[in-house]
Amino acid sequence: MSEPREITESAVQTAVDAALAAIASAGDSAALKQVRTEHTGEKSALALLNAELRNVPNEQKAALGKLVGGARGRVNQAFAARESEIVEAEAAAQLAAETVDVTALASRYRPGARHPLSLLQDRVCDVFTGMGWEVAEGPEVESEWFNFDALNFDADHPARAMQDTFFVDPPESHLVLRTHTSPVQIRSMLERELPLYVLAPGRVYRTDEFDATHLPVFMQFEGVAVDKGLTMAHLKGTLDHFVKSIFGDEAKIRLRPSFFPFTEPSAELDFWHPTFKGGARWIEWGGCGMMHPNVLRAAGIDPEVYTGFAFGMGIERGLMLRNDVQDMREMVEGDIRFSQQFGMVV
Amino acid sequence: MRVPLSWLAEYVELVPGTTPEDVHAALVKVGLEEEDVHTFDLEGPIVVGEVLEFVEEPQSNGKTIRWCQVRVAPEGETAADGGDAVHGIVCGARNFFVGDKVVVTLPGAVLPGPFPIAARKTYGHVSDGMIASARELGLGEDHDGILRLSTLGIDAPVGTDAITLLGLDDAAIEINVTPDRGYAFSIRGVAREYAHATGARFRDPVEQAVPADVSDDAFSVVIDDAAPIRGKIGSSVFATRIVRDVDASRPTPAWMIARLKLAGIRSISLLVDITNYVMLELGQPIHGYDLDQLRGGIVVRRATVGEKFTTLDGKERTLHVEDLVVTDDRGPIGLGGVMGGAETEMGDETRNVLVEAANWDPVSIARTARRHKLPSEAAKRYERGVDPEIAAAAVSRVAQLMVDLAGGTADAGGSLISTAPAREAILLPAGFVSSIIGVEYTEDEVHDALAEIGGVITAVDGGFSVVPPAWRPDLTGREELAEEVARLIGYDRIPSVLPVAPPGRGLTRSQRLRRRTADTLAAAGSVEVLSFPFVSEADNAVFGSADGAPVASVRIANALDQTVPFLRRSLVPGLIGAARRNLSRGLTDLDLFEIGTVFLPEPGRSYGSLELPAGNAKPSDELLAALDAGIPPQPRHLGALILGDTVAKQPGQPAVPAGIADALDIVRQVELATGARIDVSQGSHRAMHPGRTAELRVDGTLVGFAGELLPALAIEADLPRVVAVVELDLDAVIALTDAALEARTIDTMPAATQDLSLIVPVGVAAAEVAAAIREGAGALLEQLSIVDDYRGQGVPADAKSLTFALRFRADDRTLTAAEASEAKLAGAALANERFGATIRE
Repeated sequence: MSEPREITESAVQTAVDAALAAIASAGDSAALKQVRTEHTGEKSALALLNAELRNVPNEQKAALGKLVGGARGRVNQAFAARESEIVEAEAAAQLAAETVDVTALASRYRPGARHPLSLLQDRVCDVFTGMGWEVAEGPEVESEWFNFDALNFDADHPARAMQDTFFVDPPESHLVLRTHTSPVQIRSMLERELPLYVLAPGRVYRTDEFDATHLPVFMQFEGVAVDKGLTMAHLKGTLDHFVKSIFGDEAKIRLRPSFFPFTEPSAELDFWHPTFKGGARWIEWGGCGMMHPNVLRAAGIDPEVYTGFAFGMGIERGLMLRNDVQDMREMVEGDIRFSQQFGMVV
Repeated sequence: MRVPLSWLAEYVELVPGTTPEDVHAALVKVGLEEEDVHTFDLEGPIVVGEVLEFVEEPQSNGKTIRWCQVRVAPEGETAADGGDAVHGIVCGARNFFVGDKVVVTLPGAVLPGPFPIAARKTYGHVSDGMIASARELGLGEDHDGILRLSTLGIDAPVGTDAITLLGLDDAAIEINVTPDRGYAFSIRGVAREYAHATGARFRDPVEQAVPADVSDDAFSVVIDDAAPIRGKIGSSVFATRIVRDVDASRPTPAWMIARLKLAGIRSISLLVDITNYVMLELGQPIHGYDLDQLRGGIVVRRATVGEKFTTLDGKERTLHVEDLVVTDDRGPIGLGGVMGGAETEMGDETRNVLVEAANWDPVSIARTARRHKLPSEAAKRYERGVDPEIAAAAVSRVAQLMVDLAGGTADAGGSLISTAPAREAILLPAGFVSSIIGVEYTEDEVHDALAEIGGVITAVDGGFSVVPPAWRPDLTGREELAEEVARLIGYDRIPSVLPVAPPGRGLTRSQRLRRRTADTLAAAGSVEVLSFPFVSEADNAVFGSADGAPVASVRIANALDQTVPFLRRSLVPGLIGAARRNLSRGLTDLDLFEIGTVFLPEPGRSYGSLELPAGNAKPSDELLAALDAGIPPQPRHLGALILGDTVAKQPGQPAVPAGIADALDIVRQVELATGARIDVSQGSHRAMHPGRTAELRVDGTLVGFAGELLPALAIEADLPRVVAVVELDLDAVIALTDAALEARTIDTMPAATQDLSLIVPVGVAAAEVAAAIREGAGALLEQLSIVDDYRGQGVPADAKSLTFALRFRADDRTLTAAEASEAKLAGAALANERFGATIRE
């Protein structure tokens, strides 16, 4: 490095030119640091020239001071500008280096899933709890009294045979796998205060063969309301509200006369399915009716004072209709792909 | 019930052109649900032909065929298929003669199958159509030869459309009849309902049969029921009529065969067909006896102990004392209301017939039919109730048909016993129907609807007194009458009114936490499955008992699959089944869970109740408690099964295989979801790996296990060797956990962290060591986690080095390193005292 002896314009310019050239050629922050030491450090030409100001005559001090100060300022400015360029470039380079193929990243997390039948059951419960109803449960191995007698099924009535019942061994024990969720009606009326509005979802059993449209074990939900002045219009209103909640505002209910031992009048319920895959249509989805006075009596409720309605529907059928599931067997085989396609939402 | 439309039209007006679909649409409105439509499924041209001549031609296959010339159109005319009036037809049957009138299916015709008929080359001829058998036409089972029209008593001109001629253009609707509507098992009942649905005019078929006068000279019948069931006499009505000198060999007319066939009943013989025909028409089962085979008069009674009887189907049956039998001097000749006997059966030789129409007690018939597994057409109707007032008309209708179709004469008088009580009137208070249905019906509407169904209505103070029609035993109360009014006026009149329930409390805590548990597990990567709860005895023995002590299981008396007749005590067998199914479908990494009921009867206890309370009144609290006590415990369990890799191999990440740690993670998810604190300790279970099983406790109560399946069991179940499983009594976990957590203050002073490595004997559980450190270190220790379990160089052979990361914090000051060290050493000291733990430098 040259040793400037005298502050001249050319000496200053030479030092500045050398510094600017070095700054411009510094390619990374390490090189720039080196440049800084060389061109602005204590031993640098500009620093020496600056130090020389002590020795110049007073009358020249202002002019030379300005000359050297201006030079140092230009160099520092260039240095700062270059530094920020390099920092930016280096940050960009690091980000570029960190780039991954986002499509090559598998998951460390395995997709879990609720079973869509459980999800639909939860959803049904939510609709009814939103209306102020409560959710009740009961045993799956049930006494025949709750499953049949209390529900006005006479021991010798053909309706009892039409239920395709699984009996617990020995049959004299009068225990069955409940054939419907209706025993929970009786349990609820025995246990709860009136008025009562209760939804009872759960598993039920019938000796149906296992095929695309029948399961020997399936899920139902049962609604029961007991209050003063309830009519079939209230039953229809409740079901209308329910199907709108599940199938959209255009859904609605149609009742057809039918028979169940525990309701009188009884009805089959059809609902208008506005988004059915084959086109909007009426679809059968369960049974309902006004509670038979004998059922109220079995629970110690005076049918002269209270009336009630009840309805029952199958969750599997609901899922088939809502999500176009073609084969009921898929719902119980446990193939993870079946549940995974739903995830957490039905 | 199947109803041929031509038959229906005899008793209710059907607008011309009414289709089966139209009839279904009308009937569904009054509650008769559509099941099916039945037709003969034939397409013409199918015509009457006359066999002009034939040549028998033996074939190399041993058969002999007939090459026939059959006239299928009058001379000089074109046949219905556009061909010549005489067709050459090859026929395999040889039961006909020249000059016979037969049914010819011409080219272009289609028989059921579908089986299209075309001219085709066969046996060296072009067979230009086919001569049909009764079975090919759908008229019967007889396939021994072709149908000769003379056997049906028919002689129609050549070329006549045989479809119409034989009644094969008819169609039947099939409806589902609910158990309360026995009367709809008849043309009479369905015609009446069709009239209700459409307003069309109804004509009661009962009215065309004039009952004979009851005559003392008529057949002797005695009803002697010494043991009525529930106070109901077994046979309350018994009508007979005698028809003499019938020709039993006459053919059943084609129209009757066709109607019976469409109604689902096979033609047997003229006399039997007539009894079936009248049963279908009126809903009154009929029995015909060969009068000459009867010995003495008829006595109806209950069977005696051990009494035997051979029914029409040839089976000898040992009777029950509740069974009702029709007897003559020799003993039982019929199982009343269910099936007749072979000895007095009507046959081809029968000349004189005793026609019987009775009314039997539904309960008695239901029990007998079930006991002897005889769900006959008669029993089906009696179980549901038959009109007690039509027996005399029914026997007369049978007699009339026998006279018309089989010749002979009916005795002028008949016998009739009727002890059927008169129907009691039902009081229907004014406004009651509206109060149940929610429609403001006028009193006129109520009156007219009930009158239309056949009720006899009297205005009384405060409402109507209604005597229901005889054919409606189901109408027993005002609610039933309300349904009739609503049904006839139409359920579509019922408005939609949303009732307002009193404010509810939402899901119960247990319901919420179960749902949250399922959501949490699913969010953490588990897939919910729902398995059937049916298992084998071995499944319950292996998985249902931790220590191998004998277990009790609920057994199904009528299991569908005899290999799994028990109800599960554990969710694991179902999860293994699901895992195996997934593996067989190539899905090798599984994380499954199920929340479901298990059935845990206690050994040595019997469950259930031998006697049940009556159904229509509230049982006493004691009886209710006894019913509940008889129900085996059925808690809800959570089961989980994990196998394969829990993290799949991927760029920059090796696969992580499943193991007991994953099972314990499931437990931690349950803790998170339920707020429970589940303590883990070394445990054992007969189905589990002896060194890799944790017992799970809440507040000291055992609530389940987690770990790895015994490898031998896993391999036996076609699973990989390592299968992590969890089973938890979820109900117990929730019940044992406090409902609300008491929050602690979050301290904000700086923390001091230190590690502590302790050498302890191999057999000491890390959790025990951790507990000692916690206890010794005291309140300053905020958190402790185990970071290493090292065995090997530098550690004695029977020991291990456990390293814990400790985080200390005081709530009021910045801890010094010395304070933290002091607390740590205090923890180490207690571990030393308890387990001989030494600090590893």
